[in-house]
Amino acid sequence: MLKTQVYTSDGQSPFFDEMLRPDGTPRPAYAEILKWLGGQSRASFKAKQEEADAIFRRLGITFAVYGAAEANERVIPFDLIPRIISAAEWRFLERGIEQRVRALNAFLYDIYHRQEIVRAGRIPSAMVNENAAFLPEMMGFDPPGNVYAHIIGVDLVRTGENGFFVLEDNLRTPSGVSYMLENREAMMHLFPELFAAHRVAPVERYPELLRQTLESMAPRECDGEPTIAVLTPGVFNSAYFEHAFLADQMGVELVQGSDLIIEDGALYMRTTRGKERLHVLYRRLDDAFLDPLNFRPDSLLGVPGLFDLYRAGKVTIVNAPGTGIADDKAVYAYVPEIVSFYTGEKPILDNVQTFRCSIDDERGHVLDKLDELVVKEVHGSGGYGMLIGPHATKKELSDFAEKIRANPANYIAQPTLSLSTCPAFCPEGVAPRHVDLRPFVLVGDRVRVTPGGLTRVAMKKGSLVVNSSQGGGTKDTWVLED
Amino acid sequence: MLGRTASNLFWMARYIERAENVARLTEVGHRLSLTPDVGSGYREDWYSTLAAAGCPDQFGSGRMPPTAAAVQKYLLFDRTNPSSVSACLEAARHNGRSVRTALTREVWEALNSTWIEFSNFQPDDFGPGKLSELLDWVRQRSILFRGAVQGTLLRNEGYHFIETGTFVERSDNTARILDVKYNVLLPTTGTAGDERGMHQWETILRSASAHRSYRHVYKARYRPANVLDFLILRPEMPRSLRFCQDRIEWSMAALAAATGGGAASQSLARETGLILRQSKIDSICRVGLHEYLTEYLSRTAAFADALAGDFHFN
Repeated sequence: MLKTQVYTSDGQSPFFDEMLRPDGTPRPAYAEILKWLGGQSRASFKAKQEEADAIFRRLGITFAVYGAAEANERVIPFDLIPRIISAAEWRFLERGIEQRVRALNAFLYDIYHRQEIVRAGRIPSAMVNENAAFLPEMMGFDPPGNVYAHIIGVDLVRTGENGFFVLEDNLRTPSGVSYMLENREAMMHLFPELFAAHRVAPVERYPELLRQTLESMAPRECDGEPTIAVLTPGVFNSAYFEHAFLADQMGVELVQGSDLIIEDGALYMRTTRGKERLHVLYRRLDDAFLDPLNFRPDSLLGVPGLFDLYRAGKVTIVNAPGTGIADDKAVYAYVPEIVSFYTGEKPILDNVQTFRCSIDDERGHVLDKLDELVVKEVHGSGGYGMLIGPHATKKELSDFAEKIRANPANYIAQPTLSLSTCPAFCPEGVAPRHVDLRPFVLVGDRVRVTPGGLTRVAMKKGSLVVNSSQGGGTKDTWVLED
Repeated sequence: MLGRTASNLFWMARYIERAENVARLTEVGHRLSLTPDVGSGYREDWYSTLAAAGCPDQFGSGRMPPTAAAVQKYLLFDRTNPSSVSACLEAARHNGRSVRTALTREVWEALNSTWIEFSNFQPDDFGPGKLSELLDWVRQRSILFRGAVQGTLLRNEGYHFIETGTFVERSDNTARILDVKYNVLLPTTGTAGDERGMHQWETILRSASAHRSYRHVYKARYRPANVLDFLILRPEMPRSLRFCQDRIEWSMAALAAATGGGAASQSLARETGLILRQSKIDSICRVGLHEYLTEYLSRTAAFADALAGDFHFN
């Protein structure tokens, strides 16, 4: 029998636990899981854990950690206990996510056309037009379907029964969907009996839906079946496995910039048979590297002239260049405004409270309460370059305060979130660990949210940092059907 | 298929085959070093092993005496030696990883688990007592890779680039082994009872895993002319130049049919095949084995260049 630490005790945890109520009884969605946990032994769990690790390593599901040469490739820790979301909770999340991504796409269309939202005074002009993520080159251009952000991974955190908040929108090149799919495969292999006892909404259709989404975005002049490719920066990118995985699952080529050529106003890939025309490019490469002629001239990863081709409607780039402005951390604070401006509705999903260091009052508050806050770089991602106040030393706090004073617009701050906990298999038994959730959204001819998403879990006791680059793990995420 | 993908598949197969060949050469060198009273001692034998592996001058920058332990470590574990087993397995995996979508799960797992296991090995754990085990393991892993290719890959373009890579590397290796030892194979010295010669011939056959099958085919003691016939001209011997060339020609025909390209490389492969089919051992010896093999090696190199050009490798 596994010891279920804390779970069997008095439940005095200050955090919302997704499995147990404070009185120690299970929430309905977890009733079966709790019974199942009771029937497992530590030895059988350990054996399954080793089996799971071997599966992931053999399949090459690894990620690179920047700046950690000795651990060049690691397998993300996988936790065996599924994270469960009830049907009702999911319906709420799905509605909220759909509302949000529709509004963000409308925002992108607007700021690259008439900028009504700026004229209406709902967002400062400088926040948009002087933002490093704003691409003036996109002004006046209509992408196919008027969609900018097609593939989105919304980061959500939970702090209570009904307390779901959006932490980040991730509209550029969100990763993690391959883990969602492989985690499910692994769980079905390891614990088929659990699937028999639950009605789990399937996630397997994601690659097919991704392909449909990409096809629906073909340039208007393409009248036959469009040819699609995934553009990767290459084998040394931390998400390379995912790029290869998605290309494979969709049955399309995985290309690098050096495989592509532009001739006679069209994009081609160099094949063993000569050139083949490409219509839709799912790029997993930042805007700056896409095209050395139009953006960073030192980029060896992109294709010279690609952006001009895109603007001429000869090829579709997914996600569109310039979407980064809508998931900029400074713009993030305005998303509730954005939702109500474009939909006329109240936002279903709330933002996490955010202080903008560019605004004097808010910066004053941040500097006063630095030891209680999480401070992030506006353009940073993946947990790099952030300060977690409660865990920082005095020296780290004062160094960071200097950085904020020197370049206030580069930082935002948020309260340390009381992330919910889920049961995880740890050395000491089954214990609560903090989690977040990244559902994956596809926006094409319609909006599709894959049920569940990727649950990231901080495997270290008490840790609130779930990023894989900082030692976080993942869980299979189940949405139960009614 | 992308030209780069074709290139990655070709080199993936070459590197796996090379790892196997280097392991085989090391095995032979190891056996020799365990056999007393052979030739002029271990020095010369390890030198020829390095020569057959194509890296006699790079070893220890040409200044280090080739002792068994140092050469073994260099051939197996040295990452600065591009032909070491370690470097080959890593390069094979790197090429495979770049074309993950063109491989089946089985082929990828064979590459990936081989690399992972090998990277966990510690050179110092493989002293004389354990060396054979390691070399055997490398050969087994290469065989696993070949088996996964044969058993799970679609017979499409990608398969034929892999096949071509395998057989280009294999014939190249066989030709180099013969060339390094050609002096002992010249038939003039082949008198019965020459124990040293006997031993050398067996070594050559062993380095092509051919010492058993030789006896089945020739039912006789080792004779230089037969050894040469076996490793150069026999179409049923899977490491002979002829066998490899037949397979290359077959894959080239399939690639030409599939893509409509490959004219330059296919015609070079045909020419080389024709030369092999028309060769006789006595005439090879008359012209000079070294000259014959040198021409073969330069033809193989020209073929690989033409292949890269025909199919847009870069």
